Amino acid sequence: MKKPLLVTAAAVALMTSSAGAETLRWGLAGDALTLDPHAQNEGVTIMLQSQMMEPLVSRAPNGELEPTLATEWAIKKADPTVWVFKLREGVKFHDGAAFDSEDVVFSLNRARSQASQMKGLIASIAEVKATGPHEVEIKTKGPNPILPAAMTSIFMLDKTWVEANKATVPQNVAAGEVTFASTNVNGTGPYKLVSREQDNRTVMRRNDDYWGMKTFPVKVTEVVFTPIQNAATRVSALLSGELDFIQDVPVQDIQRVKSNAGLKIETQTENRSVFFGLNVSDKLHGGNINGKNPLADVRVRQAMSMAINRDAIQRVVMRGQSVPAGVIMPTFVRGWSKELNTYPPTDVAKIKAMLADAGYKDGFSIQLDCPNDRYINDEAICQAAVSMLSQVGIKVNLNATSKALFFPQIGKLETDFFMLGWGVPSYDSEYIFNFLYHTKSDAYGSWNSTRYSNPELDSQIKAIAAEVNLEARDAMVKNMWETVKKDAVYIPIHHQMLNWAMKSKYTVTVDPDNQARIKYFSIN
Amino acid sequence: MIVFFIRRLGQSLLVLLIVGLVAFSMFRFVGDPINNMLGQERTQADVDRMRVELGLDRAILTQYGIFLKKAVQGDFGVSYRQGRPVIEVLAERAPATLELALVSGALALFFGIVFGMYTAIKRDSFIAKSIMTASLIGVSLPTFLIGIALINIFAVKLELLPSFGRGETVKIGGWTTGFLTRSGLIALILPSITLGLYQMTLIMRLVRAEMLEVLRQDYIRFAWARGLKERSINFNHALRNTLVPVITVTGLQLGSIIAFAIITETVFQWPGMGLLFVNAIQFVDIPVMAAYLMLISLVFVTINLLVDMLYFAVDPRLRVSGGKG
Repeated sequence: MKKPLLVTAAAVALMTSSAGAETLRWGLAGDALTLDPHAQNEGVTIMLQSQMMEPLVSRAPNGELEPTLATEWAIKKADPTVWVFKLREGVKFHDGAAFDSEDVVFSLNRARSQASQMKGLIASIAEVKATGPHEVEIKTKGPNPILPAAMTSIFMLDKTWVEANKATVPQNVAAGEVTFASTNVNGTGPYKLVSREQDNRTVMRRNDDYWGMKTFPVKVTEVVFTPIQNAATRVSALLSGELDFIQDVPVQDIQRVKSNAGLKIETQTENRSVFFGLNVSDKLHGGNINGKNPLADVRVRQAMSMAINRDAIQRVVMRGQSVPAGVIMPTFVRGWSKELNTYPPTDVAKIKAMLADAGYKDGFSIQLDCPNDRYINDEAICQAAVSMLSQVGIKVNLNATSKALFFPQIGKLETDFFMLGWGVPSYDSEYIFNFLYHTKSDAYGSWNSTRYSNPELDSQIKAIAAEVNLEARDAMVKNMWETVKKDAVYIPIHHQMLNWAMKSKYTVTVDPDNQARIKYFSIN
Repeated sequence: MIVFFIRRLGQSLLVLLIVGLVAFSMFRFVGDPINNMLGQERTQADVDRMRVELGLDRAILTQYGIFLKKAVQGDFGVSYRQGRPVIEVLAERAPATLELALVSGALALFFGIVFGMYTAIKRDSFIAKSIMTASLIGVSLPTFLIGIALINIFAVKLELLPSFGRGETVKIGGWTTGFLTRSGLIALILPSITLGLYQMTLIMRLVRAEMLEVLRQDYIRFAWARGLKERSINFNHALRNTLVPVITVTGLQLGSIIAFAIITETVFQWPGMGLLFVNAIQFVDIPVMAAYLMLISLVFVTINLLVDMLYFAVDPRLRVSGGKG
């Protein structure tokens, strides 16, 4: 008798609306940092905001661009540097105000301003102009063929509401600011904010006036979002029925969830490749070996890449939850091909011959820097790599640290051999070249810790950013990938997999960017 | 008395200042917050600008000086992670931690005394021996493991109790309480057992040892000889004389219950200050880490100061040397 009573009490605690509501109790490791859409460029923050606010163009779970607050977009015939966006008519913000081109101009300018953390995504925009109540023209600094894809996480705010609440400047945490928009929401999205206690609980209710009620399922009427940091607690809460949906199931718990009758797991390859980077300069940070950096020799890099047995990592470390990679580009990115993704088999005799050829018959020793709390099984992958490399005579010391220490370290180039994961929000190769292969400078190559510098490639990177002819562009991109693959500055390992666990009644397509949007959830 | 007090106060302030200094020199080993504050698309120029804006390019002593200067004016800065004033965030989280600490402290005290008395009085019985053996678990198993085990048994297998959170809370002024709702009280059970188990075994062993000592005393034998009831002897004569050290230890332990709630709060996603601190470490949220560490050291220093003052009141020898000094 006692059991159902207590369970009901717990359930009532989590539900605030009346019976008959379709409540989705959603658990995740982290919480959004702010509700200001332009103040933080971070996955969970954008995901929570995307339930309530919308961009002009979204990325649907199938990877295609999807009309959202814009219905059509095209490059202006007369001027290749101008994109014309036709806006959706009849859209209302949660407070009832109408959405129009003034809001778009205002929001994009806010997202582009100095204090905005989204400005990096749309740095190519030169000017935004309203050319009608439901049409805007965006002028870019040069032709930019992939602008719409770069705008999928730039959300629209109501100009009047923001101005009335004195939040025209995005919240600047560094300056110690708190703004109205960081704790309040007035968007056009399918869910309205009911209450929010940061790091504890966020409740949203369906916006029944949402423009897309007929376009999308929008079956869930109430969303209760709870961050639960500890993975074991999170999985337990799902198993005990206190949660309906969790996004990050540890690989070792997948079987446990699957064996529970009322639950299921949906899987998808993630938009994130994991790989090793190598210092290719003349100088090793850890001190040269016999006056030289062995990693500067392409034969050594290729031999190391060969020594990493990707299939073994997939089978043993990842328990099958990864796709082995031959290129540091997630499978759905424009430019990816099966051919690029091929990787050489591990052949110890051949690797030793290659190393001997390069003058390292007896191998060498080097430090591998690795995060231990950033990617799935990151430290275990590095440990596997250490033993694989030792088989060919390369002695590796593993230095695994938390991401708070690891990322500053690689940012300051205090590493020779490191692990990195990379997702591509624009689904385009240019994004990878720009950040990971371009010579490190003020505006480019900010994540390139390999010291790789290829002036020819740098100019090609700038060229593809402005090439509007897609066919010519694809050919250039293919050529560039072949160059960097030959140069082997990165050693690809695999593409991560996403595992979403939920009650069996939900039908959901897993989003490759790990961005769950509740409006796509249908209920059987 | 006043000289003693002032000297003690001065020492306490010195301790606080040193804790702050140690904390500030440790922060750079925790990591760099800038990567967490800027998105993937940040350029090197953005990183450099942010470092200057946050003042992280300055020497540690300068940073500490600025922190102190603002702190004495009541300004602890804005959390890098939440973008809200640290004072506001801490005030919001304090009730959860204090209520949890209060309940687990009370549970530890009650069961510690009951079990301690029982194992002392019936020390050769099977139940007493079982309790003593079981208490080893409380001392030796890590809190983390106890919490996960309790969740597995009571939330997943039996579906009796919630595995996370505080349940429904009621807001009274600036204080949110879980005491007034059924779900709030239910949610307290597992975390408070987890947090209080170690303290309970500690108190239990202390009470048992003291009781065994007292029960051998002449006045207890005399009480038996007078033909008093067993109940009266155990409670009025024996227990009362064991309580003085127990109360001292419990008082000092209250500080550690508040400070060591970190692990319990993480396991149960308890929205208190400990969880806030863990999040702050992961994000390298320096303002929150600094304020939390100062607050916790303030709690310890205050408790110690009060205990010292109590001793002063009780022990005349201190009064003499204090007067001279």
